[in-house]
Amino acid sequence: MATPLAHRPAPALRRRHTRERLRTLGFLSPWLIGFTVFFGYPLLATVYFSFMHYNQIQAPTFVGLRNWTYVLGRMPLFGPALWNTLWLVVVMVALRVVFGLGVGLLVTKVKAGAGFFRTAFYLPYLAPPVAATVAFVFLLNPGTGPVNEILGALGVPAPNWFNDPAWAKPSLVLLSLWGIGDLMVIFMAALLDVPREQYEAAELDGAGAFARFRYVTWPSITPVVMFAVVTGVVQTMQYYTQALVAGKLASGVSVGPGTVIQPGYPDGSTLTVPQLVYSLGFQNFDTGAACALSLVLFAVAMAVTSLLMRRRAGLLGAED
Amino acid sequence: MKTTGNVTDATVNQALRAGGGNAPDVVSSFTTDNVGQYCSSGMWADLDPFLKKSGMAKERIFPEVLLDYTRYRGKQCALPLLADSFGMYYNKDAFERAGITRPPRTMSELRRTAVRLTERTADGSYRRLGFMPDFRLYQNSPDRLFAQWGPAYFDEDGRSRLARGGAAKDFLTTQRDMVTALGGYGALEKFRTTFGDEMSSQNAFLTGKLAMHMDGEWRGLMLDAAKPGFRWGTAPMPVPDDQADAYGRGYLTGTVAGIAHSSRHQNAAWELVRFLTADTDQVVAFANAIHNVPSTKAALASPKLARDPAFRTFLDIARHPRSVSMPPSVNGGRYIVSLRDFAYRTEAGRVPDLEKGLRRLDRQIDEDNLQSRN
Repeated sequence: MATPLAHRPAPALRRRHTRERLRTLGFLSPWLIGFTVFFGYPLLATVYFSFMHYNQIQAPTFVGLRNWTYVLGRMPLFGPALWNTLWLVVVMVALRVVFGLGVGLLVTKVKAGAGFFRTAFYLPYLAPPVAATVAFVFLLNPGTGPVNEILGALGVPAPNWFNDPAWAKPSLVLLSLWGIGDLMVIFMAALLDVPREQYEAAELDGAGAFARFRYVTWPSITPVVMFAVVTGVVQTMQYYTQALVAGKLASGVSVGPGTVIQPGYPDGSTLTVPQLVYSLGFQNFDTGAACALSLVLFAVAMAVTSLLMRRRAGLLGAED
Repeated sequence: MKTTGNVTDATVNQALRAGGGNAPDVVSSFTTDNVGQYCSSGMWADLDPFLKKSGMAKERIFPEVLLDYTRYRGKQCALPLLADSFGMYYNKDAFERAGITRPPRTMSELRRTAVRLTERTADGSYRRLGFMPDFRLYQNSPDRLFAQWGPAYFDEDGRSRLARGGAAKDFLTTQRDMVTALGGYGALEKFRTTFGDEMSSQNAFLTGKLAMHMDGEWRGLMLDAAKPGFRWGTAPMPVPDDQADAYGRGYLTGTVAGIAHSSRHQNAAWELVRFLTADTDQVVAFANAIHNVPSTKAALASPKLARDPAFRTFLDIARHPRSVSMPPSVNGGRYIVSLRDFAYRTEAGRVPDLEKGLRRLDRQIDEDNLQSRN
């Protein structure tokens, strides 16, 4: 009977294993260093500062759970900001994926002028976000914008778009749908990658257009759809620029050198969690509360992403 | 010496916190809102030792109300660098056509006059509005109009007291009544979206869309330069009906200057701050050049000061004993932002119970102040 000692690898083998581990570590080191410096350390620092009072001038002092109770219980803007962020995550991401897929299907099917349509749908994505938002706010201006002029001429009741709390977020969604070029390209690539012979076989079996999409296209592009959803969720959790610019511009408030404006016009309807983090951290210099709020956002993003990843595994498993 | 203009308070705040060799020695802020934060955080140096060293008795040089908004809890970390006072600009031609002989002096008069001056087109939309009450218009922020009530924002313990005393409730009720009398919030806001930029030739008062307008003293210089197609005049803003004896008061603010905590040339920086803020000839010349209110007692009394009657109105508002400024707070203008947000919701009709809302606002301001303290 062999003793455990007999199973020990020979010294030469152990040295080889060690060398292999070191080599692997060597190859991984650029990523490990980057992860530690740009993610691990900031994350730990964020946790540390979330228990501190720190105004970025005086030394930090320990305040226990004060920042957490403030953010979660005593700061009335947190609820609306979280609600707005989640609303955008659900509605904007879903509509962008559906619309991106629809446009992708359209531009892959169209025979004449395919290049024109692909360019036309992609070009808005290249517009800088601030410029695109400014243009949208002007187009949708309730008093002077051409969109409401046209709607008025047609006898259609014109909403106040970015100036109405009920319409401000849908207006942001419209803006995001206008810049759908990124998703269109991804979906177009995925759609063009579906084997032609599968469509031919389905047609021979008498499958209609919907059945071909359901049983041929969808299983092939599911990983790409999930990629679009997950990256969309992560990006929308960080939604900042467009909402801030639209709110500030539509409010019409004069912004002088000394003006501090709470983002979220109108009536907090465009306030997102990242805006609140910036406002706390770099307008109020309440670093502790900003860090606590960042961690809440991180936890929500992780939870939603994990849920989606599990769902994705389920979806892929079902299709396999 | 290197100067950098058009720097926002947010940038000043961030630059001084970040430090570094290029951080400024002398700093100036376009608003008084953040003085409390600058003083309490130590970001701007205490100027009292410099004033003492130079043998300057600040109370003899600067008006009391301007000293109030440049210090926090006894720490004088800034000095006033010219001041701004707010009053009313009105279209004399529109007044004449409507048969109105003088600007309104009380809030109820303001409402009646605004309604009389309002002109509509055939389809019912506004051609000219007597007065645009909405708080988001140009300089109309709630804290400025609220000054006509002479409010006390904090009690002796530093706790917010907006729900106490009735001033805030009366102010916001007056605002809601004004909004209703002039056609309602939705119609007014829609009309506001047709206004051009405040500092452009499309300013709504300049283009004749408004007959009365609250603004600062600098507007007169701009109106002179723009040569509008109507005669205009200035007056103090009206006061609440039960405070008619306070007519002439107004909201005061201004630019402030100080020394960065990180400056390695603080003595040299002080010489510049002293020259900018306390040298009578420079203060008068600067005030005349940009049509601002001078910020020292000597400059206010100087015969070299511009004699333009429209400008004089604002000098009188600045000298009025019941004119008010915003009290500095530990977290800068955060309580003002909270008040503005509440006032925006109120004028839009989204605060059903004003008293309850004000109590909640007080609690919020206290929570925010507590959170900012070490």
